[in-house]
Amino acid sequence: MNTPAHYDVVIIGSGAGGGTVAQALVPLAQAGKRILVLERGPRFRDQEFTGRELEMAPLLYADSGGFLSADGTMTLAFARCYGGSTVVYTGTSLTAPERVIRRWAVPGLDHGDLVARSRRYLGENNVHLLPTDELNDNNRLFALGARKAAYAVEQFPVNVKGCLGSSLCNLGCPNQAKQGTNRVQLPAAERGGVEVVTRAEVLRIDPDRSLAVRVAPAADRAIGLPSEWAPGEYRVEARVVVCAAGTLGTNPLLLRSPLPLPASAGRGFTCHPALILVAVHSQPITNDVGHPKSYFVDRGAEEGFVLETCMYFPFTTAKALAGFGPPHSEVMRAYPRQQQILVLSADRADPENRITVDQNGGPVVHYRFTPDVVARLVRGNKAAARIFFAAGATHVHAPFADPPLIEARDAGLVDALIDARHWKPGKQSITSAHLMGGCAMGGSAAHSVTDAWGRVHGLPWLRVADASLFPDALEINPYVTIMALADRVAEGVRRDVPQLLG
Amino acid sequence: MLEDIRPVLRAIGVTIVPESAELDEPEWLALEGIVRGALEPRPRALQRQFILLVRAIDWLALLRYGRRFTALDPDRRHRFLERLQNAPLLLVRRGIWGLRTLLLMGYYGRPAGGRAIGYRADPRGWKARA
Repeated sequence: MNTPAHYDVVIIGSGAGGGTVAQALVPLAQAGKRILVLERGPRFRDQEFTGRELEMAPLLYADSGGFLSADGTMTLAFARCYGGSTVVYTGTSLTAPERVIRRWAVPGLDHGDLVARSRRYLGENNVHLLPTDELNDNNRLFALGARKAAYAVEQFPVNVKGCLGSSLCNLGCPNQAKQGTNRVQLPAAERGGVEVVTRAEVLRIDPDRSLAVRVAPAADRAIGLPSEWAPGEYRVEARVVVCAAGTLGTNPLLLRSPLPLPASAGRGFTCHPALILVAVHSQPITNDVGHPKSYFVDRGAEEGFVLETCMYFPFTTAKALAGFGPPHSEVMRAYPRQQQILVLSADRADPENRITVDQNGGPVVHYRFTPDVVARLVRGNKAAARIFFAAGATHVHAPFADPPLIEARDAGLVDALIDARHWKPGKQSITSAHLMGGCAMGGSAAHSVTDAWGRVHGLPWLRVADASLFPDALEINPYVTIMALADRVAEGVRRDVPQLLG
Repeated sequence: MLEDIRPVLRAIGVTIVPESAELDEPEWLALEGIVRGALEPRPRALQRQFILLVRAIDWLALLRYGRRFTALDPDRRHRFLERLQNAPLLLVRRGIWGLRTLLLMGYYGRPAGGRAIGYRADPRGWKARA
């Protein structure tokens, strides 16, 4: 064990939440306070983002992106590196819908406040609409099909600068075009005097505000820079601790720490369960070049699903298709003619959907697919199929149909062919990258874990600043809302400095 | 780890991805290397379950068809795996999903697997298509 290190504020995690808090606390650093960010993953060099699927996935994602829920029926994707999941998202930047924040009903949390904070980060991270002449056919066909099928289609604002259209966003942009916290907030924080230590896993937070930290060595010829600290075990003493390690980092850390947490800690996990639909056109289209995610159809309020354009890599696509053998191969061989749509279900917080820890303190995600969630996915499947056929697809591969391949001549039978009776947990590939909840904001410790400023009830020195705060699903891509909430958490820390830091 | 189950694993592999029948020995070894690399970081218990599942598929076919999986023709192999994929027991469906996922990763995760289906993504993006 190394000599204890003393800091005023320790931020655990460097993604949308941690990176935002780090930058927002620069004024404290400049006033002489010691601010530390501990990030479990490494800091990659720019040239190390190769865009090769099987090379990058194990480097960037926990369990290579295939972290399984407890019953093995869903895979969860979350990143571990400098910048967290902002390194691997597509940069789609939406502000929280008013109806969702109203439904959250968190005392002291106002939609207008979130919007104002979100706008600041939309500007800071260069969020804008890509010119339509830079969009590929995969996206254009979605917009065309959605309009023909009478769905309101919207273009995603994205946070890119100098995008070359590699289509490799989910493997970390090889051109550093995506403006995640690794490109914007963290470098600004470091320039402002905030210390960032990578490859540093926080094992436990003790009630005396000290943290047990393990710094991992970089293996010989490892990808990524070595840690800023020598490998070994550390005790870090803090006066304020901000947990921003993401839903599957923050929840297990708090649950394995000997802290008097509110009883609902870890409960109310939501994740927008998603699946990928693939269609085949008669001619090749541009799909694996250009930004992969430019349009969406938001049916969250009316039907409980959201459709987004997407284009995945060969293995991810193969995994997403149902079945195997010749029919599966036929769709895979049509890759240059493929159009893809991601269907996301707007699930609802359920106390039984929760995060616990295993014997090693690692996360265990208990998730039950309610009939309502399945119904939303089925409706989303049907809508996606209608859009594909309206865009001219010759075949649609729908995991909720059996057999999954539907020909254009049967386009009128979509409602009958795609049905919840074909849902079999463990058969279809359901994935999630929007991991939320477990430390819900709310009015009291009886029903929530934190207040509207991310303060853990009963532990004013302990704050949460990531998607764990969401009391229910957000129904849209969450990173901008995470940043807005993290900005509030940082403001709360700055405001509480006299009491907390002296 | 995979050497003991190689004939069955390859028979299942060809059923999942028929094109893998065309792979030569070095390409099969590359595919198996990817499967091994994906399994190695996982808990030992899960690795044992994987081996057990592959062996079970070979012998369970004997109960249904009077022949081991490796001795079945391609149609019967396909039908048998399909039955398992739709099994009433979640444990069995999960197992088949995991096995299928690993074999798809082995085949399509190879650069040659991507090229074979026309995957052309390039870090240079649009410039690479000019």
